[in-house]
Amino acid sequence: MNFNIFIDGCLVIGILTLACLCLATKNLFTAIVLFVSLGLLIAIAWVRLDAPDLAIAEAAIGAGLTGALLLATWRQMRERAHGNADTPNKSGGENVSSP
Amino acid sequence: MTQDSLYIIASVGLFGIGLYGVIAAPHILRKILAINIMSVGVFMLLVTSAKNVNSTPDPVLHAMVLTGIVVAIAGTALALFLAGKIHALSEASDEDSH
Amino acid sequence: MFQAPDFKNNSYENELPFATRVLCAIVIGALGFGLIAALILTENISSSLPAMVQQKLTQSGVQNPVTAVLLNFRSYDTLLEIGVLLTVAVAMLPNANFNSDINPDMPGGNRSSSHLVSVVNSAAGNPPLEAFLRWLIPMIIVMAGYMLWTGTALPGGAFQSGALLAGAGVLAQLSGRIQFCFTSTTAKLLLTISLITFVMVAIGVATTTGVVLQYPLELAAPLILLVESAATLSIAAILLLSYNTLATQVFESPSEHSTFEHSAFDNQPSDVTETSAPNETLQSQTAEDPKS
Repeated sequence: MNFNIFIDGCLVIGILTLACLCLATKNLFTAIVLFVSLGLLIAIAWVRLDAPDLAIAEAAIGAGLTGALLLATWRQMRERAHGNADTPNKSGGENVSSP
Repeated sequence: MTQDSLYIIASVGLFGIGLYGVIAAPHILRKILAINIMSVGVFMLLVTSAKNVNSTPDPVLHAMVLTGIVVAIAGTALALFLAGKIHALSEASDEDSH
Repeated sequence: MFQAPDFKNNSYENELPFATRVLCAIVIGALGFGLIAALILTENISSSLPAMVQQKLTQSGVQNPVTAVLLNFRSYDTLLEIGVLLTVAVAMLPNANFNSDINPDMPGGNRSSSHLVSVVNSAAGNPPLEAFLRWLIPMIIVMAGYMLWTGTALPGGAFQSGALLAGAGVLAQLSGRIQFCFTSTTAKLLLTISLITFVMVAIGVATTTGVVLQYPLELAAPLILLVESAATLSIAAILLLSYNTLATQVFESPSEHSTFEHSAFDNQPSDVTETSAPNETLQSQTAEDPKS
């Protein structure tokens, strides 16, 4: 088999598997992490499709920043569900600014 | 099985998986994840049709997909923000009903 | 057929019934197979646009065709896209009048400054990350500048470098040492500078060439670089604002009374180095209103 087709086939199988797993796992944190890795595989797919600008943008935006946003929201929802976000810890930090 | 047909299968597959996830997933974060997966499928279809064998790939479609990636993350950020707000309101309504 | 989405606890008890899900999967699968067959059997119609772009590339001021399309041939789309980003940023700005407060447990959650960037000691911080970032953040800034500059000839451009800078900001906030406050004047300037620059360039070239957004040939390269630089700053600020709001806002419902005073907005003069007085008084005034 042609080596290029083999690489592309492996990528496509990996992408479809990750997408299925991302939406099938019970744990939300696992789903978010799988989505970030799906974004990285998609970035490699953009390179295979002769789109280097898209690869850089997808790796930075699609995988990195979307993952950070999703994890931040997940943490907020989890804290509220466990009921300890309504009384925040006042001693959680002190304000010190550099002179 | 050419490269184009492989990526066409991948893009339609991603779109279908995302669409099923939007319909069937219970939690709101999963629905937002599924919408993002759908958009990735659409972008892959656009980039596949932009690919030429002999010359440089079609830059108009690449620019469209780049715009699409940035707008998709903006939409995801707004959707997560709204989900957080609705989460807070729905909890309050639960407390009021007690 | 569609249940209300679950916001609270990832519970699978409100799922759609099994038969409905199988039916959806079958329908989607059939549509997918039809689409795949249609797409594979369709021949690639070669459009005339790539040839046109290649012809006019030398007149556009840059050598990278994607950058030329984004910022010269279809610059109106990019202008509207930056408008969309700014709309999302306005929707997510931290608002002192809302009943939403800062979560001091998250890094960056003790916002009491009127600066965009201020140094703070947070108990939820991360000292190894902070030590690593002393090396990493300057490298990221240099890399983002390089990617902005090289976007004219090689793959790169404004969006990629803006995303890099936003990633650097997210890392800085997670280290617990740096916090961002997006109600400061600098922040508002950074958020809007791209749209302002783009519109001014658009109208400015209209006075010379007669058509809005048509750059004069000898000024195309500097104008594109100017618009790209402004777009980098704005995109970085908007993406960082999204992360900041999602990570540090505690959404409270209107019926709850917050259990602590709005300590995030009390101004303690010993903490802030240079203060601009209008910002201070405005923040302390708006902090009084939700207490009623």
